[in-house]
Amino acid sequence: MTLGYLIYKLILVIIVFAVTLLIAMYSTYAERKVAGFLQDRLGPNRAGPFGILQPVADAVKLFMKEEMIPSVSNKTLFIIAPGLSLLTACMTGVVIPWGTSLNLFGENYSLQVTDLNIGILYLFGVVSIGVYGIMIGGWASNNKYSLLGAVRASSQMISYEVAMGLSIIALIITTGTLSVGQIAAQQSGWHWNILVQPLGALIFIVCAFAETNRAPFDLPECEQELVGGYHTEYSSMKMGFYLFAEYINMFISSAVISTFYFGGYNMPFIGRFIQSPNLLAICGVVFLFAKIFFGIFFFMWVRWTIPRFRYDQLMNLGWKMLIPLSILNLVLTCTWMMRHEIFNALFK
Amino acid sequence: MLPLTNRSKVVVKKEMSLSEKIYLPAIISGMMITFSHFFKKKPTIQYPEQTREFSAIWRGQHVLKRDEIGAERCTSCGLCAVACPAEAITMTSAERKPGEEHLYREEKYAATYEINMLRCIFCGDCEDACPKEAIFLTDRKVDSEYNRGLFTYGKDILVEGIEKEKRIDVTKRQTPEVLEFKKHKEFDHNVVFEKKK
Repeated sequence: MTLGYLIYKLILVIIVFAVTLLIAMYSTYAERKVAGFLQDRLGPNRAGPFGILQPVADAVKLFMKEEMIPSVSNKTLFIIAPGLSLLTACMTGVVIPWGTSLNLFGENYSLQVTDLNIGILYLFGVVSIGVYGIMIGGWASNNKYSLLGAVRASSQMISYEVAMGLSIIALIITTGTLSVGQIAAQQSGWHWNILVQPLGALIFIVCAFAETNRAPFDLPECEQELVGGYHTEYSSMKMGFYLFAEYINMFISSAVISTFYFGGYNMPFIGRFIQSPNLLAICGVVFLFAKIFFGIFFFMWVRWTIPRFRYDQLMNLGWKMLIPLSILNLVLTCTWMMRHEIFNALFK
Repeated sequence: MLPLTNRSKVVVKKEMSLSEKIYLPAIISGMMITFSHFFKKKPTIQYPEQTREFSAIWRGQHVLKRDEIGAERCTSCGLCAVACPAEAITMTSAERKPGEEHLYREEKYAATYEINMLRCIFCGDCEDACPKEAIFLTDRKVDSEYNRGLFTYGKDILVEGIEKEKRIDVTKRQTPEVLEFKKHKEFDHNVVFEKKK
């Protein structure tokens, strides 16, 4: 553990953090632009050319707005909650392999902040903590709507985490590793996990929508029923933090989906055209981000297409369809992995 | 019950079929529909740079006309105020003093003439009612204001300028029938109103 190693990790962390924030910032712009285009409108186009300064203007507006803290709220928790939301959202980025590794001055620099051997567990742990930000915020507001929104959010996240976990177990069985870096590395060429685990990928994507509280599962912030959901009482940049956390979660979810099922930084046939490993690594980063951007667009595309589920439909879908399906997926995967043993036991 | 339109549908609460239960076919077809809208031409008119083309007979801000020598045509008869369905027009009359013949066309004139632009519905009944061809609606837009009071337009805004270049041409907005009628100065507007009926 040399000083150079620490500096390189620090730089990598800062880059990941900055890129995460930048993408989340421009996701707000992209969301409005995509929504506009899908609805035959133009979207924001006044602040700067094509409206690209819109996120800056939004941020300035949110910072300048009056800060309201309800007198009946639990002030400490009320202030901590949005920060917690944002913190957990930012924490997941460390285990994602953003690329292979760069070879600079005879040293290998991995583009993954840390390749935990239990990366998937870490990912799920942090994602599960994410619900605390929402729950604490909704509870600390001392408002019925906020509390209901928070309860909805937490029950929804817990319900869909089960199916998500089960679909991931099937993935772990096929890949044989809990390390996110290895999962990405295994998918070189056309060995994308979605081809091995199509049902698991589908369940994972659906659950990712529910985990990020995005449409059609955005019941926690359902305006018609809950005013604003868990952030009803929040104003100014605290609300901005919640919204920002949602976009970061969306970015991270896209990154996780891309890494787990869509080959991560791998792209078929690219090895034939590019020989230099450094160039390949950079191309890998580009491919991963292309996949992530498509994922973010997909999140938005779905949001502006599908109406929100009713709450009973949400719970039915989670418990009566996704969990049985993921168990089926798990059983099928296990059977396939054990096919030789089963064959031997039956016919020999 | 008799349906009012042919679009009414009887609601049936049937069990969803398997493909409907999965939601995915419906979701995919819906997403294809929204995606096709992604590339459609946007009907947005970007206002300050682009403006919508107005109809040739579009009715905008009023003008009080002057005659050829620059005297105000309005005689403060009050027919426009009577005709106005929104009761937006008020006026007070005054008698023309000797030596003011170049300012006012007839012996009586409007000392004040106010149109409340917030009440006005731009129906054009005032220009129909006017027997002196004094008030017309033009193709100009009523400007937006910060203050409600500023929308009560007085003579300072409504009366056109005396100079040739400040006159407001309303002939191009008028229908051929009106232009034809304008040639017959022996009629007054009320007669035509009866005729049209």
